[in-house]
Amino acid sequence: MVGVALLYVAALLVAPLVGITYYGLKSGLGTIGDTFGQTDIRHAFYLTFVIMVITVIVNTVFGVIVALVLTRDHFPGKRLMSALVDLPLAVSPVIVGLMAILLFGRGGWFEAFFAAQGIQIIFALPSMVLVTIFISIPFVIREVVPVLEELGTEEEQAAWTLGASRLQTFFRVTLPNIRWGLLYGIALSAARAIGEVGAVLIVSGALQGQTETATLYILRAFDQYQDAQGYVVALTLALFSIVLLIGIETFKRHSSREAR
Amino acid sequence: MAGSIEVRGLSKAFGTFKAVNDVSFAAAEGTITALLGPSGSGKSTVLRMIAGLEQPDSGSVIVAGEELTDASVQDRRLGFVFQHYALFRHMTVRKNVAFGLSVRRVDKDAQTKRVDELLELVGLAPFANRYPDQLSGGQRQRVALARALAPSPQVLLLDEPFGALDARVRQELRNWLDELHRELGVTSLFVTHDQEEALELANEVVVMNHGKVEQVGTAEEIYNQPATPFVAAFVGSSNTLRGVVWERYVHFGRSAVAGAHHIADGREAVAYIRPHDIEITAEAGAMSFPISVERRTDLGWAAKLHLRLEDGQGLVAQLPNDEIEDIRPGQRLFANFRNPKVFVEEADTPDIAGDQPDLPPVASQNGAGPEVPSGRTLTGDGSKRS
Repeated sequence: MVGVALLYVAALLVAPLVGITYYGLKSGLGTIGDTFGQTDIRHAFYLTFVIMVITVIVNTVFGVIVALVLTRDHFPGKRLMSALVDLPLAVSPVIVGLMAILLFGRGGWFEAFFAAQGIQIIFALPSMVLVTIFISIPFVIREVVPVLEELGTEEEQAAWTLGASRLQTFFRVTLPNIRWGLLYGIALSAARAIGEVGAVLIVSGALQGQTETATLYILRAFDQYQDAQGYVVALTLALFSIVLLIGIETFKRHSSREAR
Repeated sequence: MAGSIEVRGLSKAFGTFKAVNDVSFAAAEGTITALLGPSGSGKSTVLRMIAGLEQPDSGSVIVAGEELTDASVQDRRLGFVFQHYALFRHMTVRKNVAFGLSVRRVDKDAQTKRVDELLELVGLAPFANRYPDQLSGGQRQRVALARALAPSPQVLLLDEPFGALDARVRQELRNWLDELHRELGVTSLFVTHDQEEALELANEVVVMNHGKVEQVGTAEEIYNQPATPFVAAFVGSSNTLRGVVWERYVHFGRSAVAGAHHIADGREAVAYIRPHDIEITAEAGAMSFPISVERRTDLGWAAKLHLRLEDGQGLVAQLPNDEIEDIRPGQRLFANFRNPKVFVEEADTPDIAGDQPDLPPVASQNGAGPEVPSGRTLTGDGSKRS
């Protein structure tokens, strides 16, 4: 059993990581420096970062609200809502991109409205952020809901009887109890946002130096035989995600040992 | 600082289930009142409505003369203690106790002083910097109590405060709460399914069943003058004997018990007889019942005798060992019943006795403890007779 699990993890997770690390570093420091020196590549990283930050903020705030509603409130259609939340996991990102085009693209339902305001959605940052948010909706919610369920409502009720307002209760009782689940959800959300290609490719147009994210650059790099730079960018993204997840995991262990 | 509690015509339904149905009672300033009843009787819902954690469908809640029915939980300023403590697990004992003061922005020095005072009072000063999961159940419940008392509430509401503790700690905490109440005098209302707990701690007991109040009275009244068959059966573990009324007596075969003066001749009646209200004699007296002894269970200072009447109905007597030393299974003797509580037989007249007084408290709320008196299962035989 252990052997099978180890082999599975090694073959599917570790091997690609080792591969990308090898190719990323093989080309040497010169190429790495050169890669980060290119304005287009720096802009791509910047764009990826901006999209990630906005996505994480939006999904954290609304994810926690949805999770609270799903665990604390009763209303008709709650089960449907709970199922809908998982939809982005089931739908291919390419389809998500197409849906965005249908809504905001030429002749789309909302195109006229935003065009009148002078706001460009498609082939610009707004649509890229929008599809990335959509795709990473489930992560915070799915991490926080079980923690809230396990926590129960008694501590919150106790806080109310002691005079704490709803807001005080959330920040002083609920949030500290869900913080690890929430942070993990945020990390997964961030990693997903960084890695998104399909949906972003469709809505952005992948204009070099303008709407090209780091992952879109990687696609172009291989098209244009800039393999070495492609590997370096890929390695950077992979490392960022890994550090994020490992960081949270160790932080969590360390802190739970301390508190309890 | 204390206030009275009054509820008037409180009702609450969950869907089609009427959890609380027109409940009214009052608890005077500075007293301890128990809400006693089996699980599902609505007692916890009443408590939660007083606290504002549930909204009643109708009726009103009045604390210290102030109408609170529409006030928010926060504005009611009542202390509430939960069965499972509900301590803030990420805070130390000190922070837990200080919570009610800090959310109301009491100044820091006053907070520290009040928290120290309370930790001293509940005997947990050395544990101030521990986390809840480093404490025992009894200690946690004392923290919960200190936390509820910190903002100096006029009224303390306790929901099955000892329900999650083992028997020994439960008794200890009960004595301690009694002393604490004498010291502080804060009006307290607690919910329990344990009749012994209610009788021991409370000045007044409100007995509830199926969402309704069955009786309100002192422990003595509830025990000795039960107003309804339910109270007779639930408070104190009673034997149930079914018979027919004739000239103010309930007749079982050739014997009879008194106390049926309020019931017309010919009606079926139920007599509730407590296990220690049975006297066993070798000689027949004027009103004694011939019985056979089927089984004897020794409990140390006392013993339980499983008896059978001539008409087939069974019952259990519990008597001090020195009174019944020679009695053995198989013997044919006579029994006299003291203080039978007689009620007209109705469709829903309960057979079930309350918690067995000397058994360790069990999770079961209905008195269906691990050891079921054989008498109970045989009440069916009695009704076949007629």
